[in-house]
Amino acid sequence: MAKRIDCSDVNIYYGDFLAVENVTVSIEPRSVTALIGPSGCGKSTFLRALNRMHEVIPGARVEGKIAMDGQDLYGPDADPVAVRRQIGMVFQRPNPFPTMSIYDNVAAGLRLNSKKLKKSDLDDLVERSLRGANLWNEVKDRLNRPGSGLSGGQQQRLCIARAIAVEPDVLLMDEPCSALDPISTLAIEDLMADLKDRFTIVIVTHNMQQAARVSEQTGFFNLNGVGQPGRLIEFNPTEKIFSNPDQKATEDYISGRFG
Amino acid sequence: MTATKATTERRPRRPVRRRGDRIFAGSAQGAGILILVILAGVAAFLVIESLPALTAPAEEIPGGEGVGAYVAPLLFGTLLAAVIALLVATPLAVAIALFVTHYAPRRLAAGLGYLVDLLAAIPSIVYGFWGIFWLAPKLVPFYRWLEENLGFVPLFAGPTSATGRTMLTAGLVLAVMILPIISAISREVFQQVPTLHREAALALGATRWEMIRMAVIPYGKSGVIGGAMLGLGRALGETLAIALVLSVSGGITLNLISSGNPSTVAANVALEFPESSGLDINTLIASGLALFLITFAVNMLARWIVNRRADFSGAN
Repeated sequence: MAKRIDCSDVNIYYGDFLAVENVTVSIEPRSVTALIGPSGCGKSTFLRALNRMHEVIPGARVEGKIAMDGQDLYGPDADPVAVRRQIGMVFQRPNPFPTMSIYDNVAAGLRLNSKKLKKSDLDDLVERSLRGANLWNEVKDRLNRPGSGLSGGQQQRLCIARAIAVEPDVLLMDEPCSALDPISTLAIEDLMADLKDRFTIVIVTHNMQQAARVSEQTGFFNLNGVGQPGRLIEFNPTEKIFSNPDQKATEDYISGRFG
Repeated sequence: MTATKATTERRPRRPVRRRGDRIFAGSAQGAGILILVILAGVAAFLVIESLPALTAPAEEIPGGEGVGAYVAPLLFGTLLAAVIALLVATPLAVAIALFVTHYAPRRLAAGLGYLVDLLAAIPSIVYGFWGIFWLAPKLVPFYRWLEENLGFVPLFAGPTSATGRTMLTAGLVLAVMILPIISAISREVFQQVPTLHREAALALGATRWEMIRMAVIPYGKSGVIGGAMLGLGRALGETLAIALVLSVSGGITLNLISSGNPSTVAANVALEFPESSGLDINTLIASGLALFLITFAVNMLARWIVNRRADFSGAN
């Protein structure tokens, strides 16, 4: 299920503006990879390039090679819709569909993928996904209520349930806890520890303690100045990044001597 | 609750309010009350002026069979024309709005949106002329075909009108008139679907059409219904275009392509009023009262439909 992602010489543009330059990195399966770095350094942009969500923005494009277990995600035959079905995404702000019930939110992706699921199978999958997201016990009595009535942390776990319901190979999380309180954050971090047995997880975070807590590998993005492209400065095991990084810039950022 | 408690205290503690806030709240409240006053004024006028017709003996009403028999075909014609217009215009308007907001290249979209809005600015008499001189004759062969091939359906029983001035033509002219209203409002609500929700659908692996079905249409639904209600309001009240296009003779019939059609309330008032006096005028006003009540009921119904799923509207 979980697959590795290999990126080589990836350049990411918004129109003519080069936002991320020359990223070459391998993301290991069944592990959590954290991407850290200051605002505007391109880590979210890079994350969105992995499941071809970057190109949704008009004028945005990606150059270079991104492959998942050897399958070229940007090849001439690659269908962005199919890529996104294999690589799920959780966003910074919880975004359950406000017009759907909790049940329908989880079932949304399943209904896209295979229209002819039996009701009982669908029920099972919804329950399994909600259990997988540690949300089942909180919502099992109100599956037909709108998802927007949940708390922020519950909404984010609902979004995770929606993403894992379609059994993707990779799960991308773009600052999934930045809008949440510490208790909800802890719930999501616990969840990540469970999920990494089944999925390849890539998380963008501003919270360095979080990166240290949840991830096996950490990549540090930085940029030289405003208007300059962001680059991947260092990519190493999390332990090494936070104790003995190879690069001076990484150490400065981690220890707060940044600027 | 708190207000009543505050008045019973000896020194009521009133919250501090800035003067600007008070002025604004007052003027907004005034505007709200003004609407009610105008509505009440119109309603009172209609009721008072219809009373003579409602209480008069049946023989004195035009047609000689009482107010009910006089107004019923008019109401039927009004509703029939408006329903045809709504059925034709709503899907088309939603499709145009979706195309403009989600499919068309940006420059084309702006131009197209502008053109559709322009349709709303054309006076209804122009639509009337267009309907009677251009559209109606062009539709006659189509009506003949309908009669020959679908004549077993009561709607197309015929005999086909030679001039094309039928209920269906009137409905189609109305559809063109209300199209810009519905599509302008749909366009606005579709544009306001948050990027977050659209990206949520795309990230699940939705195609563009699936994204529109999952995120855009449900989010915009109440707005589309609101736009359709505004369009319906215009269709129910339209006077000149109907008066010109529709060939009137006869009562209630579902036959959409013959020359014998019920008139509509507004068109009938416009055509009859110059030659009416006394009780005739009261009868016309009574028909206006009936239309007023129907419009009210339709709007309440739409409101109820929208509110039934208010929790899921996306507004929270």
